Amino acid sequence: MKIQVLGKGCSKCELTEKLIQQTATKLGVQIELEKVHDMQQIVAMGVMSTPAVAIDGKVVHSGRIPQQEQITAWLTGKEK
Amino acid sequence: MLRLNKLKAFSARFYSELFRMEPTVREPNSCCSTASSDITNPTGISPIYRTVSLALLLLTVWVLIYSSLVPLAESLFKLVPLERQTMAGEAVYFFLYEVPKVLLLLTLVVFVMGVVRTFFSPERTRSILARQGGVWSNIPAAMLGIVTPFCSCSAVPLFIGFLTAGVPLGVTLSFLISAPMVNEIALALLFGLFGWKIALLYLTLGLLVAIVSGIVIGRLQLEHLVEDWVLEMPRVAAEDNAVGLTWTERFAAGYEAVSDIVGKVWPYLLLGIGVGAGIHGYVPENFMASLMGKETWWSVPLAVIIGIPMYSNAAGIIPVVEALLGKGAALGTVLAFMMSVIALSLPEMIILRKVLKPKLIAIFVTVVGSGILLVGYVFNAVL
Repeated sequence: MKIQVLGKGCSKCELTEKLIQQTATKLGVQIELEKVHDMQQIVAMGVMSTPAVAIDGKVVHSGRIPQQEQITAWLTGKEK
Repeated sequence: MLRLNKLKAFSARFYSELFRMEPTVREPNSCCSTASSDITNPTGISPIYRTVSLALLLLTVWVLIYSSLVPLAESLFKLVPLERQTMAGEAVYFFLYEVPKVLLLLTLVVFVMGVVRTFFSPERTRSILARQGGVWSNIPAAMLGIVTPFCSCSAVPLFIGFLTAGVPLGVTLSFLISAPMVNEIALALLFGLFGWKIALLYLTLGLLVAIVSGIVIGRLQLEHLVEDWVLEMPRVAAEDNAVGLTWTERFAAGYEAVSDIVGKVWPYLLLGIGVGAGIHGYVPENFMASLMGKETWWSVPLAVIIGIPMYSNAAGIIPVVEALLGKGAALGTVLAFMMSVIALSLPEMIILRKVLKPKLIAIFVTVVGSGILLVGYVFNAVL
């Protein structure tokens, strides 16, 4: 599973990355976490407010730090 | 006890009203938190009932504290070995009274705005503005700037997202001027320290500056001064396919906004009110009259020029400004200073530099700065 965290320069984006990494480690899910800092790429993915999260190239969340339950749902594949 | 019973009856009525607004069918991919809490909730109380009860309880506590601010400050002041009549005593009392008052107001306003903002995502605002056209769309753009969630770190994606969806440059800039300038922190502080008239005045003038500046820049047809890579971005559809939130989620967003924003600005607030208290106690009356008074014509431009590169959030600057007003500074000068500090700042220019050519940034600062200048002069002349 490839997870991208979109956003640059705000503490919320870093926190989002950390939360996802922690949850993945806890659940034992193999993920490929990529940080997207390039503004052009962020905009090209159609995101207007950061932090945003994309799973396998599809934006699933934007504008706030995701909640723990949301992250768990993404990683366990219960929410598509 | 009686109060609690009343509260329960009231919240039950409220609950039945709200429940009707809940979407009955929820899409499977919407957030699962409420669905799961229904199952795991051992008390069997519906989450919306708990949400509304909690909010009403907190509101009652809020009203109780807010209505006893004076006795609170007086009893706190008794712990200080100072007389009210002395300069130090005056300053300390001012601090003890204003800090809880402003914190309370800020909490309430930030909470309400946090809930209101769940109705306006940037995507939704974009689709509203892209559908509209012509010169009139600067007005909704500026107004949406108040209620759309906005943080300066996402100013660039927002700017590009608007432009590529066909929102005109001038309309986009109206939004980007009003979003930071007319913010809930500034309004809550103005309301707390100056009263509702000045808060309303600031709101109206802030919107006016944003609308007019956007129209002017739109008329100048400066699209070629946007960085080329932005113009080469593929066009996108201004779609808004957000899923509706439940009221429980909206209230949760309100609490989140309070812990996020109030948690971040309170040190600035304490510092600002501290400096303000010092000015109240120690600076002699009419000291500012010669510097920032009505008679000195150069005070407005000077205030704007000093204010533009300054970067202070509203929480730090407004208490200081309020104290200056009490010492003979003219209202127009003070308003102009406040607006230029909050609306135009060096960090913001650096962020916008990524998408705007230097010439457009210069024009942007000049147009908005002139608008603020005009506001200052008009005020000094009228009042």
